[in-house]
Amino acid sequence: MIRHSLLALAIAGALSSVSGAVLLFSPPALAASVIEEGRAIALDRRKGNCMSCHIIPGVSSAGNPGPPLIAMKARWPDKAKLRIQIHDARKLNPLSLMPPFGAHEILTEEEIDKVVEFVHSL
Amino acid sequence: MRTVRILLAALLSSYLAFGPSVSLAGSPEEDREAFQNFYKERFPNTPFEDFANGIYSIDKERRQEWEQMEEFPQYELDIDAGEALFHKKFANGKGFADCFPDYETGVRQNYPHWDPKRGEVVTMEWAINLCLEENGEKPLKYNRGPLAEISAYLAYLSRGHVIDVKVPKDDPRALAAYEDGKRFYYTRRGQLNFSCASCHVHTSGLKLRSDLLSPALGQVSHFPVYRKKWSAVGTLHRRYGGCNRQVRAASFKPQSRQYRNLEYFHTYMSNGIRLNGPGGRQ
Ligand code: HEC
Ligand code: HEC
Repeated sequence: MIRHSLLALAIAGALSSVSGAVLLFSPPALAASVIEEGRAIALDRRKGNCMSCHIIPGVSSAGNPGPPLIAMKARWPDKAKLRIQIHDARKLNPLSLMPPFGAHEILTEEEIDKVVEFVHSL
Repeated sequence: MRTVRILLAALLSSYLAFGPSVSLAGSPEEDREAFQNFYKERFPNTPFEDFANGIYSIDKERRQEWEQMEEFPQYELDIDAGEALFHKKFANGKGFADCFPDYETGVRQNYPHWDPKRGEVVTMEWAINLCLEENGEKPLKYNRGPLAEISAYLAYLSRGHVIDVKVPKDDPRALAAYEDGKRFYYTRRGQLNFSCASCHVHTSGLKLRSDLLSPALGQVSHFPVYRKKWSAVGTLHRRYGGCNRQVRAASFKPQSRQYRNLEYFHTYMSNGIRLNGPGGRQ
């Protein structure tokens, strides 16, 4: 029993990045649903609308100004950096075309945390 | 508060938008050359003339659909309506032909132009309303309807003329208007933080979801445009407003100084392209 909750803690710890306070102490079942929520936010045309610029596995007729969001864990192991790319891509590339989702309040901090989890799962 | 912050952020991030590929820091003529060379290199298979056809100049499949559409163009009704409106006499017995005596051989190629007396850029659409006002008639609404129809009729009669906008060297205010339009074109705005150039220069030829982004070169040649989405003809400034709003930015009024200066720069960049309006679009 004790072993189980420790494991849960470890997973939650790994999942929570810079401001992943939401996820702290969440059991693994919740983590999966966080990924699902992140997916819904990312694909919502009025929210992330990420497929207008990125190929995302399982999404049809995606746009192509940005790179395909695939093999993210291998290519972007650092979740904190991934969060920066999504929160304000200009910090990594001042000329980035990608909308500054956090800096311009297109998504809330909590929504960004969830989108980070989703993207990192791809 | 939120809006203020968004505006601030938009302001701070403007000027950063000059992409690596085209930076326009020269005279209008140098700018035009750099701008056009950018598209010639990016779309080596598109003959220069063909940029007048927007996305259809760079996509075979869409072009086929469009060519079919053009066999029975829906804007013909708008041209007819425009013709009737154009020839209706004003209360004072005069008519549009008195303002545009050369209309039969084409007048649209003379717009937009710098008007030194007004100290403003005068566009085709504004000139139509100026004509009404000078004759004691009520001006028309700018985005759609009768004015867009009259404009479509004049565009039709002007087909084949070459765009040749001038920025007179002897009036620094003309260059200032051009520079103002250029700044507008490259300024990132709105919650989504896009400039006109983000979509029509840097990502031209790519797709946002399934929307193919047209090269800016030649975009002005076929206005006003009949859009299926509008089921009527609409003016260039109506499109400007739509493109501003889709990045969640405030739009400006049609024929505002901002949009007229934007049209001045935007059209100058297409010098050398032939007019082929009105066009038909999705
Ligand atoms: C308007 C276009 C656009 C939209 C919308 C957009 N992006 Fe991007 N994205 C880009 C571009 C362009 C890059 C390339 C790097 C750069 O310039 O920032 C990029 C890079 C990325 C990267 C790095 C990928 C890599 O392999 O290097 C990630 C991760 C990413 N975006 C996630 C997202 C997510 C998540 C969303 C939606 C919430 C999103 N993007 C929406 C244009 C966009
Ligand atoms: C977020 C992307 C985006 C931005 C930013 C944007 N546009 Fe567009 N624009 C489009 C799309 C999509 C279309 C429809 C497809 C096409 O013709 O490019 C379009 C169409 C147009 C057209 C009509 C082209 C034709 O052949 O009918 C004009 C003119 C135009 N845009 C001008 C502008 C100007 C000027 C600005 C800046 C004020 C601007 N756009 C900003 C996406 C954008």
